[in-house]
Amino acid sequence: MEEALFFAAAIGALGGAVTVIAMRNPFYSVLGLIVHLFSLAVLFLLLTSAFVAAAQVVVYAGAVMVLYVFVVAYVGGGGESAWEPIPGQRFLAPLLGLALFVELSIAILGSSLLALSTDGPDVKAGFGDPAAIGRLLLEKFLLPFEASSILLLLAAVGAVVLAARRREAQA
Amino acid sequence: MTIEWFLVLSALLFSTGAVGILIRRSPMVILLCLELMLNAGNLALVAFSRMVGNAEGQIFAVIVMVVAACEVVVGLGLIVAIFRRRLPLNVDDLRELRG
Repeated sequence: MEEALFFAAAIGALGGAVTVIAMRNPFYSVLGLIVHLFSLAVLFLLLTSAFVAAAQVVVYAGAVMVLYVFVVAYVGGGGESAWEPIPGQRFLAPLLGLALFVELSIAILGSSLLALSTDGPDVKAGFGDPAAIGRLLLEKFLLPFEASSILLLLAAVGAVVLAARRREAQA
Repeated sequence: MTIEWFLVLSALLFSTGAVGILIRRSPMVILLCLELMLNAGNLALVAFSRMVGNAEGQIFAVIVMVVAACEVVVGLGLIVAIFRRRLPLNVDDLRELRG
C-alpha cells in the first residue's frame, strides 16, 4: 500500500515537473506545477509531516498558483523564439541535467549513512503535526519565525513598488 | 519505503528544474522551474528530518516555503513591470539590465 502510494505520487511529481518544462503555453506549465505540488504533499504525508503537507497545499497550490494564473492571464502566453545564443543549447542542457542527477545520486547513495536504507526510526503519534511544529516555531525557532514575517512584509512592499504604475514611465 | 527513494526522487526533480532553467526563455517559466528546484530541496529536507526522527528539519522546509513565496511575489512584480514597459518577455533579450 505504502509502495503503491509512493510510486503514484512520484510519477505525479515527475510528470508535473516534465509538463512544466515541456509545454509551450505557460498556462499549461502552471497546471503541471499544481499537479507536481499536490503529489509532493502526498509524499510529505508519507514522511509523516502533516503540517508541511497542509502548508504545501494551502500556500503553494492555493495562493501562489492563483497569483501565477493571474499574471499569465494578464501578460498572455506567447510562443518562445527558437533562437539559441549558445549553439546546441537544447541538446547540451539535458546532458548537463543528467550529469547533475548522477552526481547527486552518487553523493546521496555513496554517503554511507546507514540510516538511509531504513524507514527512519519509529516516531510518536504527534510527529510533525501542527501542534508539534507550532511549539517548535514559537519556542525554539522564534527568531527565524519573526525574521521570515519581516521578509514577507518586505516582499509585499517591494512587489507593490515594482508593479505600481509610474507617471514618469508613461510619458 | 526507505529514505533513499525519497532522496533520489528529490535529486531527479532538482535536475529536471535545472534543465528547465537552461532551456526555457520565458522568465515566467524560469520562475516555475525555480519553484521545482526549491520543492526538491524541501523534499530532501523533510526526508532527512524523518531519517533523524527530529521535526526540526520540517521547520527548515516551512521557512524555505516562505522564502519561495517572497521570491515569487517579487519575480512576478518584475514580470508585470517589464510587460508594462512593453519590453520583450525573453531572458535573452533582457540581458543588458538597463532601464
